[in-house]
Amino acid sequence: MNPVINSNIAVSVRNISKHFGGGKELVKALDGVSIDISDNEFFTLLGPSGCGKTTLLRLIAGFELSTVGEIFLYDEEIENLPPHKRSINTVFQHYALFPHMTVEENVGFGLRMLNRDPTEIKRRSMETLELVKMDQFANRKPVQLSGGQQQRIALARALAPEPKVLLLDEPLSALDLKLRQAMRMELKNLQRETGITFIFVTHDQEEALTMSDRIAVMSAGKIQQVGGPMDIYERPINRFVADFIGDSNFLQAKIESVLDNQANCLLSDNFSICTSLVGTHPTGSTVTLAIRPEKIKLNDESTLRGDIQETVYLGTDTNYIIKLNDSTTITVRDQNGVTGDARYSKGQSVGLHIPDSSVRMLAD
Amino acid sequence: MELPRRNPVTRRWLALSPAIVVVSIFMILPMIILLVFSFMEADPYGGVDPGFTTEAYVQILYERDFDDLLIFDPVYLNIIGRSVLLALLATIGCLVLGLPVAYFIARQSSRTQSLLLYLITIPFWTNLLVRTYAWILLLSSDGVIEQPLKFLGVIDESLDMMYTNGAVAVGLIYSYLPLMVLPIYASLEKLDFRLIEAAHDLYADRFRVARYVIFPLAAPGIVAGCILVLVPSLGAFIAPDLLGGGKKLMLGSLIQVQFASARNWPFGSAVAICLLALVMMMLMYQARIASKRRRETGD
Amino acid sequence: MAKKKIYKIGDYPGLTGWTVFFFAYLYMPMIVLVVYSFNESRRAQIWKGFSLDWYVKAFSNDDIQSAALNSLIVAVIATVFATVISTLAALALARGRQFRGQAAVTGLISLPLVVPEIATAVATLSFFAVIGFKLGLVSIIIAHTVFCIPFAFLPIRARLQGMDDAYEQAASDLYANDWQTFRYVTLPLMMPGVVAGAMLAFIISIDDFIITLMVSGAGSTTLPLYIYGMIRQGITPEVNVISTVMLVLSIIFITVYWFVSKKAEETG
Repeated sequence: MNPVINSNIAVSVRNISKHFGGGKELVKALDGVSIDISDNEFFTLLGPSGCGKTTLLRLIAGFELSTVGEIFLYDEEIENLPPHKRSINTVFQHYALFPHMTVEENVGFGLRMLNRDPTEIKRRSMETLELVKMDQFANRKPVQLSGGQQQRIALARALAPEPKVLLLDEPLSALDLKLRQAMRMELKNLQRETGITFIFVTHDQEEALTMSDRIAVMSAGKIQQVGGPMDIYERPINRFVADFIGDSNFLQAKIESVLDNQANCLLSDNFSICTSLVGTHPTGSTVTLAIRPEKIKLNDESTLRGDIQETVYLGTDTNYIIKLNDSTTITVRDQNGVTGDARYSKGQSVGLHIPDSSVRMLAD
Repeated sequence: MELPRRNPVTRRWLALSPAIVVVSIFMILPMIILLVFSFMEADPYGGVDPGFTTEAYVQILYERDFDDLLIFDPVYLNIIGRSVLLALLATIGCLVLGLPVAYFIARQSSRTQSLLLYLITIPFWTNLLVRTYAWILLLSSDGVIEQPLKFLGVIDESLDMMYTNGAVAVGLIYSYLPLMVLPIYASLEKLDFRLIEAAHDLYADRFRVARYVIFPLAAPGIVAGCILVLVPSLGAFIAPDLLGGGKKLMLGSLIQVQFASARNWPFGSAVAICLLALVMMMLMYQARIASKRRRETGD
Repeated sequence: MAKKKIYKIGDYPGLTGWTVFFFAYLYMPMIVLVVYSFNESRRAQIWKGFSLDWYVKAFSNDDIQSAALNSLIVAVIATVFATVISTLAALALARGRQFRGQAAVTGLISLPLVVPEIATAVATLSFFAVIGFKLGLVSIIIAHTVFCIPFAFLPIRARLQGMDDAYEQAASDLYANDWQTFRYVTLPLMMPGVVAGAMLAFIISIDDFIITLMVSGAGSTTLPLYIYGMIRQGITPEVNVISTVMLVLSIIFITVYWFVSKKAEETG
């Protein structure tokens, strides 16, 4: 068990499984998960609650032990190290600021436990507090701070010991919308400034898409897809990812012919779409195509036609629920005109244009 | 390579051991000894003599005449009966007094709630002997209650309130009232007030709201409160002793007397075992109700 | 103008009056006791006039002083033992995973709460008789420690259960080892619970009568035992005085306890 030395990998999770309970009650929180997280990366674990993302984070932090598998931090195996011997710090979901200590004592706690020199602790604590713009609150107690301020202190506390990796467990979930949006930018900047690898857990896709260098989408204890924000959004690999990130239409189509790995698929009204073949679907089989609602254009010349069943006003856009001639329903998102009026109304028959490049064949 | 993390199981049992050892040796073991004593022969000078006999239990129901024949003697049965009756009376008294108050408190603002709860817990934590003694001042002839009544000419002679079953009941209610209010309050405090609004909305008047919504939801608290009052009332010593004047013996006094002046340890042990059995039965009943309720409500 | 009849939902007629009556019943005996401790008359329940004489008399009584000292010795030692034992047990039960036997251990610790006091009293007496232990202050201290354990245990466990274990995880995440985590995080945070538990244990010990009565020996009279003896001999204002003093001390104590536990709630 001597891994290949690759210093670009900050955290390497290899074939980790974590089971809770036993017998009939057995829950597989993580089921054979492997990922490599690069040095200096903003990496996000994204998924619905119960998908195993927080469990994975807690395993990396050392609060839980895995059932099987190994975790490496810069090529050192850390599975047998307790949390206090791992150069990894966590920003807790509800911050977990020590209520009996001042802000400064909270921030200095890690360095104190590392037996650093008191003057260094003081200097470093104040430095970190300045970094998160909280230096004027050094002598306050956590209860005297607002949620957003507590959030900054939690961040400072985790950054002060200069860990190799910073774990963030849905740190923005307790903040209100405006503050949350502002903090996104700040977190991203902080990550660039400090050069520390961030592993960020969230169930909020917008958060994940705006901040991350790479995202791992998780579901049911497994990694569904790993990739950059654009990869994940534009090229979802399976139905779960396409459905979880943004909105998608799922259309059944029949593969007519395959040429150079390009499949020609037939939809309703014999409308044909050409897209890359994903997986091992043979000619003549039925596949699922995912199409984002905003990529479909309403165009009367198109041969693919349907009736508008419902219109839903969304402010900037209008969603049209359209029933195609083969009875499948499809949602189209269309930008409203300058006066805010919807361009079509309920009951109208329309043509739909689906660009080939907007369609993605799903592996499952 | 770092050693695997230390096994927390050893540490846990190490931390638990002082409590387990102390309670086992000084609580469980004495109970077992008490059980053994109840099957031994009495030593006329106190304590026990070796030898197995069920005499102590027989003695609860029968008396031996000069020919060693067993004659049914209800004197101890009377004491047990009186204890059970007075304990039930005290429980009902506490319930009647305490239930409306628990509801009243649960409806106040959280500041007022905490103040009223504080006022209820004060008597509970003050010395029971002292509190019961205060009732002597109130109830005795020419006491604080009778004096003004005599002065106003309402009564001419003493009401003789002391040394009666009534006095004991008042003392018992007074002793354990907080134990009734607190659990009922705890279950009412969790009650979602919207349920009461919903019941009114569905045409229930306030008494039917009480009957069909408040009482059923307060039931776990009421059962817990009743057990909490019933158990110590059964074995009470101070109230019957001070306010019943030794004439109205209850189980607690009967047991105490056997170990002090009457000096029949096996008999005292047997009565104590009977009391314990009674109490355990009630606690098991309550545990069953509580677990049934938990299953039903699914918490 | 006609008064508008307001139908207050959830309100019942007479509820406030009943509550007032309830509190009158709860407090009247105590108020009478305090008032009559200033009675000049030799007969405790007949009011003659205001006087502090009985206070002077009670405080200069050597027997009362030694009984009070005994009570204090017993309560302090029993409290220390019970609190240390309960703290360890609460840490083991409220921290870490659930385990087999957890309910059994909790039940065992709470046992002194459910067994009628008189049964505990005679059982403990029998136990001391069997092992031939001489009755005195030591036997009282042992008995008090046992029944004080659940009273100290419950607030400490409640405090620990109310404490998010994220604090301890945060400490160990920030390089504190097990001992440092306990020393700098768990202990300071659980302290209000420990103080509350110790105070409860202390007051329960000071107040105990029936168990103390059974396991005390010559020269180990505590304050409640002394008061009981005096009441048996006939009630005098001196009893009122000691009773009042005990009452007031209990109220002060429980008030402090109340504030400690409220503060604990706020910070927790």
